[in-house]
Amino acid sequence: MTTTRRTALKGLAGAFALGAGGVHWDVAQAQPAAVKRGGTLNFAISAEAPHYDPHASDTYATLHLAAPFYSTLLRFNLAKFPAVEGDLVQSWTVAPDLMTYTFKLLPDVKFHSGDTLTSADVKATYDRLRNPPQGVVSTRKATFSDIGTIETPDPLTVVFKMKAVNAAMLEHFASPWNTIYAAKDLATDPASPRTKINGTGPFTFVEHVKGSHVAGKKNDNYFKKGLPYLDGWKGIFTLQAAAMLNAVQGGQVLGEFRGISPAERDRLVQTMGDKIRIEESSWTLNLLVCFNVDKKPFDDVRVRKALLLAIDRWGGSTGLSRISTLRSVGGVVRPGSPFATPEAELVKLPGFSKNIAASRAEAKKLLADAGHPNLKFTLWNRNLAMPYTPAGIFLVDQWRQIGVEVEHKQSDTGAYLATMNAGNHDVAIDFSNLFMDDTSLGLAKYLSVSRAPENRSRSKDEQLDKLFDDHMRERDPEKRKALIRAFEKRLFEQAYQQPLLWWHRIVPTHKVLMGWQMSPSHNLGAQLEGVWLNA
Amino acid sequence: MTMAAPALPTPTTRQPNAFVEFCRQQPLGAVSFVIIVLMMFAGLFSPLVAPYDPLTIDFASLLAAPSWEHWCGTDAFGRDICSRLIYGSRTALVIGFTSSFLGSTFGAVLGVASAYFGGKMDDWIQRFVDILLAFPLIVLALVVVAAFRKFVVGGVDVNLIVAIAIPIVPRVARVVRAAALSVRVMPYVDAARAAGYSHTRIIFRHMAPNVVAPYLIMLTAFIAQAILAEASLSFLGLGVTEPTAAWGLMLSGNAADFYREAPWMILFPGVAISVAVFAFNLFGDSLRDFLDPRFKV
Repeated sequence: MTTTRRTALKGLAGAFALGAGGVHWDVAQAQPAAVKRGGTLNFAISAEAPHYDPHASDTYATLHLAAPFYSTLLRFNLAKFPAVEGDLVQSWTVAPDLMTYTFKLLPDVKFHSGDTLTSADVKATYDRLRNPPQGVVSTRKATFSDIGTIETPDPLTVVFKMKAVNAAMLEHFASPWNTIYAAKDLATDPASPRTKINGTGPFTFVEHVKGSHVAGKKNDNYFKKGLPYLDGWKGIFTLQAAAMLNAVQGGQVLGEFRGISPAERDRLVQTMGDKIRIEESSWTLNLLVCFNVDKKPFDDVRVRKALLLAIDRWGGSTGLSRISTLRSVGGVVRPGSPFATPEAELVKLPGFSKNIAASRAEAKKLLADAGHPNLKFTLWNRNLAMPYTPAGIFLVDQWRQIGVEVEHKQSDTGAYLATMNAGNHDVAIDFSNLFMDDTSLGLAKYLSVSRAPENRSRSKDEQLDKLFDDHMRERDPEKRKALIRAFEKRLFEQAYQQPLLWWHRIVPTHKVLMGWQMSPSHNLGAQLEGVWLNA
Repeated sequence: MTMAAPALPTPTTRQPNAFVEFCRQQPLGAVSFVIIVLMMFAGLFSPLVAPYDPLTIDFASLLAAPSWEHWCGTDAFGRDICSRLIYGSRTALVIGFTSSFLGSTFGAVLGVASAYFGGKMDDWIQRFVDILLAFPLIVLALVVVAAFRKFVVGGVDVNLIVAIAIPIVPRVARVVRAAALSVRVMPYVDAARAAGYSHTRIIFRHMAPNVVAPYLIMLTAFIAQAILAEASLSFLGLGVTEPTAAWGLMLSGNAADFYREAPWMILFPGVAISVAVFAFNLFGDSLRDFLDPRFKV
């Protein structure tokens, strides 16, 4: 493995980010000397994925279901987060000008179908990610648009040549969403990963019983000898928080890897005592207030801005952090991370003022000016109790205070995503689900919808696109920071969408569950290859 | 020559008022009637009766215990539970009354038609009723709610009402059919048929009015069932959605997280559901006792 100067700098920045962000998970999890093999891990998944294709998804529900079946080129080393390590590759080099990335693949890696993995599979996967064929969705299209060509000089070598510099490209190659598919499968049907699983991961697919569970069993041909430790796993869909908690408490599941609320944590600790392990961290995840600019009256910036001005985030943070996973007030970058907007600057941006009375007076005036003093609309939300329901209740209350009447509609993950993706929503509570703090990832969601299909406000803004591209090429940290600030200011003034609050991650696991690693992202560590049961 | 019309005898005593008679004969029924009237009053005049807005969040009063300021305490969002109970009675009554009325009325028509036509039609209707009766009310309602999306009109989910009404239909149809069978053999029904009246006219003008008593009894009894079903569906996340004030919903969500430190979050909605169900059941029973001549012997 080759570590570049830039990787080291990124590592330092990441370490600083986590320290400043208040991460305090127990990395050095006490482990007995001998790892025990065998057993089946049952764990809870609080939402059911609408399909199996991580390329087309940005919900953890897809990853917690599919990640154990797949591998990626690189991955994050959670013990040294955000450092990266090889998954399918044995070594890699990065050209000093950051324009060429060369990966040497591990030999004799087999797909579950029995076919051998080659560089052609990697090329087909990344071609699908950066330039999806008709009928295929890639939510990483914007991220990988800087890739110029992908060359495969031999079956075990892949060379990515960039059109432009992306300072965080190596971390993007470690993204858990970039699961490697077989070129043969994609040639037959490019959309096949939505319904069919054929990866190189530590577990092979057994079954998915809708509304009940998904199961995997040990891949005996896994390319990492001696892994996985488990014989199999079962992810049980527990859409009701109470059912999930009861299952954890009763031992039917040994953990829930997304996160629970402070009250749920307290209940488990109170009832389970030293049988439960609780790990906490800040979270690279926020909820967004998202306006569909294709629908009237949300095509009017005054209406959108008025609705953002009505939200008392600072007051909401104080209350909601006691009852939900929502906690920190922040802009488009996670609060506490190096490029985050400091509070003194944040309060000057629309929607973040601490003088809520003045903000609401301005909001009412804007609505009256726009001709909508008695606005009514539907707020689309996901029917996940935590933290979507509290967020919905909070927003309805905030908007009522400026005379806006809101109907709150909650639906299953599949219907919720389908509604937003089809642009059938008025206003929605969307989410920005990141796996690292780098702004090349965090800002991509706000690009014009033609570049970023995951932009559910459906906005098209060339000025934002240009600011994003400029910040991607900028090497000077201060100038880069200034571009991020300009991006944020433009986004909030146009009020297409805006973070409501950032989350705080609390993960409960039974103490018999070993080898699972906490991180600031629930998208990471879902492969389960190093997990074992000390029972 | 003119003839004076014979004078009709003047009643010497007034007929007792039916309501007063009901209260005299069924004191428990009268008490339950008062509770129902109070509920209806609270539901109709919620904005005047409730001390606070049921949707307003107050994080400063989060999980406050019952006090003079908040009689029933506050929930995890600092919302006044008493106000939410008062507004919740509106949700319970609207959904309870509407679904019970729809289910009972359709069931009554089906029961009368089944009894009137008899033969194969009776067989088919009764076998269909048997199938529906095989499912417990809440299970059938769950299936219907899960099968159809929400269809909100005027803040009320029409599909939820239909979901609760459907399981009521066979239960009412079976009881009303039994009553209608005895009416069908009455001479005035034969006379109407002989006079060439249409089936519709005979069913609605001559048979249906004579099964009003069991219909009314079932209607009131099923309001209680419908309120309970609405609360159960809301508790399961399939009924009304937050932040609407609804008793079943108040028992779910954050209540499950905080009931240990704030037991009033589940205590008062639970009591409200119990009292409402008890009142409608008692009223239905009393109405049956009052209207059914067999109970007057």
